[in-house]
Amino acid sequence: MSLWEYANPRKFMATSGTILPWVIALAVVTLVGGLVWGFFFTPEDYRQGATVKIMFLHVPAALMAINAWLMMLVTSLIWLVRRHHVSALAAKAAAPIGIVMTLIALITGAIWGQPMWGTAWEWDPRLTSFLILLLFYLGYVALWEAIDNPDTAADLTAVLCLVGSVFALLSRYAVLFWNQGLHQGASLSLDKEENVSDVFAYPLYLCMTGFILLFVALVLMRTRTEIRVRRLNALLARERSV
Amino acid sequence: MRALFWRDIRLAVRSGGGFGLGLAFFLIVVVLIPFGVGPQTSVLRVIAPGVLWVGALLACLLSLDRLFALDYEDGSLDLMATSPLPLEGVVAVKAMAHWVTTGVPLTLVAPVLAVLLNMTPEAFVWLVATLAIGTPALSVIGTFGAALTVGLKRGGLLLSILVLPMYVPTLIFGAETLRRGASGMEVQTPLLLLAAITLASLAILPFASAAAIRINLR
Repeated sequence: MSLWEYANPRKFMATSGTILPWVIALAVVTLVGGLVWGFFFTPEDYRQGATVKIMFLHVPAALMAINAWLMMLVTSLIWLVRRHHVSALAAKAAAPIGIVMTLIALITGAIWGQPMWGTAWEWDPRLTSFLILLLFYLGYVALWEAIDNPDTAADLTAVLCLVGSVFALLSRYAVLFWNQGLHQGASLSLDKEENVSDVFAYPLYLCMTGFILLFVALVLMRTRTEIRVRRLNALLARERSV
Repeated sequence: MRALFWRDIRLAVRSGGGFGLGLAFFLIVVVLIPFGVGPQTSVLRVIAPGVLWVGALLACLLSLDRLFALDYEDGSLDLMATSPLPLEGVVAVKAMAHWVTTGVPLTLVAPVLAVLLNMTPEAFVWLVATLAIGTPALSVIGTFGAALTVGLKRGGLLLSILVLPMYVPTLIFGAETLRRGASGMEVQTPLLLLAAITLASLAILPFASAAAIRINLR
């Protein structure tokens, strides 16, 4: 029994099929719970008013936007080293979710920034690096779509993902250097000095858990779809050859 | 290696279009800016570093899709892959030839265009220096993008989508160094970072490009 057994598509389909409903249920419960708690049962901030509640969407989405790329990096490495197809398909499945998460973070940030900073967009390090991250996601998806042979596509996108990670990180620090920002620093960290107050922190943690579970559920669903599409194509190819 | 280098340069210079096209494009971008922004020389002087760098970057991008496509079509890329020279070396040489035929001319012609944007003469030195240091990185990164898209029928547009986000750090540090140099501030940090990007790209990316070409030729 090892982790690599799940690289077998059949085994993966069976296991993910059984746990998927539970993950979905858990994601819905935590997400609804966290958002309802955050939106309706937290006090309004004394300076920011009700707009502070955008945080409950904005922060988890930004978290997942970065971690989705990290997951793609890990799965791409596994594909390059051990050639497990499920791994490559999981990376392919995660990319569009990453795009949506990045867009949510950017759009909610703009909605919050309009009343608070007086501007919807500012060329600030964090904002700019997220925009660049969005471009990386778009390029990644475009490369998947452009190549017909699935193995070649998996290989090339994996290489792109590795190199892109380096450049995404580099851009992150480059834009930091380029312009001093408006965006606040981290609101949550292990040392408690500058954290948001507990009234906001607990529903925020719940929302973050909900987004993580949502991401896992979506990746599992999309990976299952990709595997089914591949099986279908294999069946069609066999049919044509007979 | 030397033979391949000269072959690429001869091909770039003699096959019409490729060589002069980048320079002409650079000229047109720089000439169009005053029409768009308005001819106030004070404004132009402020935006000149960014305009010149973006123009050089776009001109460099323009010639990238020819880098491997022709060799791929007539089969000479397969020959290079099976030759005794390692594919990493082939890629590095082709990137260098690309730099000599686009980056170097762009660097040399940039001061002439900087006059049009009312740049101060003291800034010319920095303009040439940053372009000379930064354009090799543009060529090497572009080679990686070209290697990824070599097997595709219409890879040009995809190539720009893949390569442009990777150009961002080079552009930021190049333009920042130039801006600081032009206004007489200290330039050491961004200049060193720009050089670091170029050297690191030169050291690492040929391996990634060679891997991408091997996948595409398989």
